[in-house]
Amino acid sequence: MTAADPLDVSVVVIGGGQAGGEVAASLRLAGHRGAITIVSDEDSYPYTRPPLSKGYLLGQTERSELLLRDEQMYRSHAIEVRTGRHATSIDRRARRVGLDDGTDLGYDALVLATGGRPRHLPHPELDGAVNLHYLRTLEDVDRLRDGFTVGAHILIIGGGYIGLEVASVARRRGLEVTLLEANPRILSRVAAEPTSEFFTRIHREEGVDLRVDTRVAEYVLDATNRIVEVVLTDGHRLAVDLVLAGIGLIPNVELAETAGLAVENGILVDTGLRTSDPHVFAIGDVARFPAADGSGMRRLESMPNAAEQARVVADNILGNPRPYDAEPWFWSDQYDVKLQVTGLSTFFDETVVRGDPASGRSLSVFYL
Amino acid sequence: MTIERLSSRPEVTITDAETVHVIFVDANGNRSAVDAIDGQSVMHAAVSNLVRGVVGECGGDLSCATCHVFVEEAWIPLFDAAGSDELDMLEATSEEPTDFSRLSCQLRLDHSHDGLVVHLPKTQR
Repeated sequence: MTAADPLDVSVVVIGGGQAGGEVAASLRLAGHRGAITIVSDEDSYPYTRPPLSKGYLLGQTERSELLLRDEQMYRSHAIEVRTGRHATSIDRRARRVGLDDGTDLGYDALVLATGGRPRHLPHPELDGAVNLHYLRTLEDVDRLRDGFTVGAHILIIGGGYIGLEVASVARRRGLEVTLLEANPRILSRVAAEPTSEFFTRIHREEGVDLRVDTRVAEYVLDATNRIVEVVLTDGHRLAVDLVLAGIGLIPNVELAETAGLAVENGILVDTGLRTSDPHVFAIGDVARFPAADGSGMRRLESMPNAAEQARVVADNILGNPRPYDAEPWFWSDQYDVKLQVTGLSTFFDETVVRGDPASGRSLSVFYL
Repeated sequence: MTIERLSSRPEVTITDAETVHVIFVDANGNRSAVDAIDGQSVMHAAVSNLVRGVVGECGGDLSCATCHVFVEEAWIPLFDAAGSDELDMLEATSEEPTDFSRLSCQLRLDHSHDGLVVHLPKTQR
């Protein structure tokens, strides 16, 4: 069923996040006329996740503003979006994807944009705790927001972007915040020491009880399965109303793995974002790709990465091959401070700091 | 029986209470007219209607400067002035900013903007 003209190929996209929505839009922008179906296990049309832990949690960003594009765009450009549906299997020989409603979809090109799910605390007995939160979807944030009442005490586990952004919003909404970081410093995976020092000070000045090198030693649950108290590894006991864990993402590789595609901490792709099957691509948080600088395989959890990979894949599907070689960049908003990061801070010899991490609201760190 | 013939299609056929018409002019002078929604940002209207030349990478969070537009002069006073975060980001646009430069995620549309014309830069990234 392969179409002669790449503009007529049938494309199925698994995953309706930033990457999935962008690949469909990019195909149509480039003049693609073939069928496009997005299969999303969420109930919403593709939306943008970064504001979830920022403006949306704060109540400043409306739900409608999170939609990347109006639903009307998908209708007027003949992009079918199947929400609330889960892809269960891929028959790579027949080039068909099976869905959980028993239907299946044929494809010439399949794009896996399955993203990831929050890593859970390593205590299965906590999974049903009613006031334990993870943050990935709109639904997660709606549930968390319900508990945001003035004076409530939130315990945040993890000093990464998610934990720190939620801490910032929680303080602005009048909650008491304790934040635990198991490592000696916050943001250790994404930033160098001066940046960690700077944000540690900002959070403490804003009233966050921020504790590094600290974990929860014991959770105390009441009869209604609510975490009411925690004992920390430093011996402190804290009464809590809410617990949020932001301790990382697990890439959703299961569908690809079951289909026999190469998988290793993500779906493995080449520089053109093709998997080990030339008809199947992977993009976004789930894709592990060769870094353009030759430093090895890399998987990035960021919105610009997802959007640009989507554009590259659209071009590759349409027969205008190009490699994914964009410079990674990230941002975060905490209080009135905007963090912007270009490149990766994995390898560097020294840092040059403009500004003082110990005072003020502005700092620049260069990795050399 | 009377048949009324319209010599040309009127520019605006339906005055929908919720619609704000916006015209995007790309760097080559090509115009695309878009029916935006009252309350929407110019960036969102562009991206939602697949207007080439507006990226909006960060989704309107004032973090990427990829929704840079040049607002046609007459319309500039009809928008709130740029805040300090926007002015900071306007220093990071791909194409050199001018006095008419704005980040379109910060331009919120209402009825007073019906007929708005914005010009697009050659590049956003």
